Amino acid sequence: MSNHLKNITLRIWRQAGPAAKGNFETHVVDEITDEASFLEMLDILNDKLVTEGKEAVVFDHDCREGICGTCSLMIDGQAHGPQRGTATCQLHMRQFKSNDTITIEPWRASAFPIIKDLMVDRSAFDRIIESGGYITADTGGAPDANLIPISKIVADAAMDSAACIGCGACVAACPNGAANLFTGAKIAHLSRLPQGQAERYSRVEAMVETMDEKFGSCTNHGECEAACPKEISIDVIALMNKDFRKAKFANRKDLARK
Amino acid sequence: MAQVVTSKRGPVTGTATHQRKKRPFLLDLYSTAVGKKYAMGLSGIAMMGFVLFHMIGNLKIYAGAADLDHYAHFLQTLLYPLAPKGWVLWILRGGLISMLFLHLHAAWSLTRLNRHARPVKYQSKRDYQIANFASRTMRWSGIIVLGFIVWHLLDLTFGVVNSETGKMITHPGDEESVKAVYASIVYSFQRTPVALFYVVANILLGIHLFHGTWSIFQSLGWNNPRFNNWRRGFATGFASLVVVGNVSFPIAVMAGIVG
Repeated sequence: MSNHLKNITLRIWRQAGPAAKGNFETHVVDEITDEASFLEMLDILNDKLVTEGKEAVVFDHDCREGICGTCSLMIDGQAHGPQRGTATCQLHMRQFKSNDTITIEPWRASAFPIIKDLMVDRSAFDRIIESGGYITADTGGAPDANLIPISKIVADAAMDSAACIGCGACVAACPNGAANLFTGAKIAHLSRLPQGQAERYSRVEAMVETMDEKFGSCTNHGECEAACPKEISIDVIALMNKDFRKAKFANRKDLARK
Repeated sequence: MAQVVTSKRGPVTGTATHQRKKRPFLLDLYSTAVGKKYAMGLSGIAMMGFVLFHMIGNLKIYAGAADLDHYAHFLQTLLYPLAPKGWVLWILRGGLISMLFLHLHAAWSLTRLNRHARPVKYQSKRDYQIANFASRTMRWSGIIVLGFIVWHLLDLTFGVVNSETGKMITHPGDEESVKAVYASIVYSFQRTPVALFYVVANILLGIHLFHGTWSIFQSLGWNNPRFNNWRRGFATGFASLVVVGNVSFPIAVMAGIVG
């Protein structure tokens, strides 16, 4: 049986454009089923706004099944809202009560400029990936599956990092606006696998230095891990730091050989 | 790597390009945020070593005036006659001062970086999940402890605010006189506000150490699934040990156990 929540007050950040001055706008949702997802609740609100001839609230969303990393939203001061290990799209209204006031803000970081309302530009993450977050492809036919033996433990550890969907909640939750969890996850994912070894050290140095230009630094609060919808551990940050140190030595040695 | 991403630091590709003029290794490392965290961690370890031995050494206060004064004299004449009197102590002090400077510079520049990373704050209240009082107040606890260090040096090292500091005493059975460290500590802590400041500053030092000690493991990449659960315990234990030892001195003086 579904229950209905009544009288939900939403304080939503409205901002006309990147340079515009924004402010909170209050809307009341009179009644909503607790089976609605958070984004469905916003859809229903937007329907109402459009019917009334007002402008709909702009927010990012795509797959709505927690795997694409498009949805964002700072909900009541928590990235992706109050439920652990859940992206905003998988957050449901049953997490809230009747008469609640819910505050919704966009991610805030200089690397994530606001496009409009709750939508931010996260292409700074693409710059980090471009600088090394991949394995240079082999040419020729597709290799056979399981051609390279990888132990279950290593594969699982790599998968834990590969679970990152690049949503940016780590940056949003970090008091310093640091992207260490994101970058660490990408580095840990590739550096744990045999395919990632050839470019291991060039990757780490390049990705970390690109990250440095756009984001803050880690002070080990652990907020990113708590906000991550994929619950990626800050262990990946330690691994990145270790590989960065090793990379500085290894890359210098290689440069000297040239 | 095939792709060159050009940025204000020059082409960012690790080893693939050879164009960027490489700075000296340590400067190159220190120019990155991760490198600065290494500096924070390593200088932190050096200062942790100092506070621990400072506390342990000062426990001699419970052995009496002669014991503490002789210990202080031993530090002042460390490695004498191999090295001239006071030299080794000043070399150690020089190392400590440079570690402190490095720690402060890294903290200052990382703080600036972090402010730039979020120029517009969240307009609603944040609901922190994991960040604790210690981690949220590192800058303040650090600044207050720094202020305390200045006072502490003026009080017990240079004697600017302590008329007993620097006086000499000849203990029974001694041929030469030594600095009367014990007497100056007792004099200092008999002033209640000074003793209270000392207690408060040391509790803040403990809070700083609680987050800092744990943080070192992450910043220096010392992460091992076998030992990760011990890191918090180690940080708590280390911070508690230093605080309990240090705070015991003013309390012992005020309670009349020492002095």
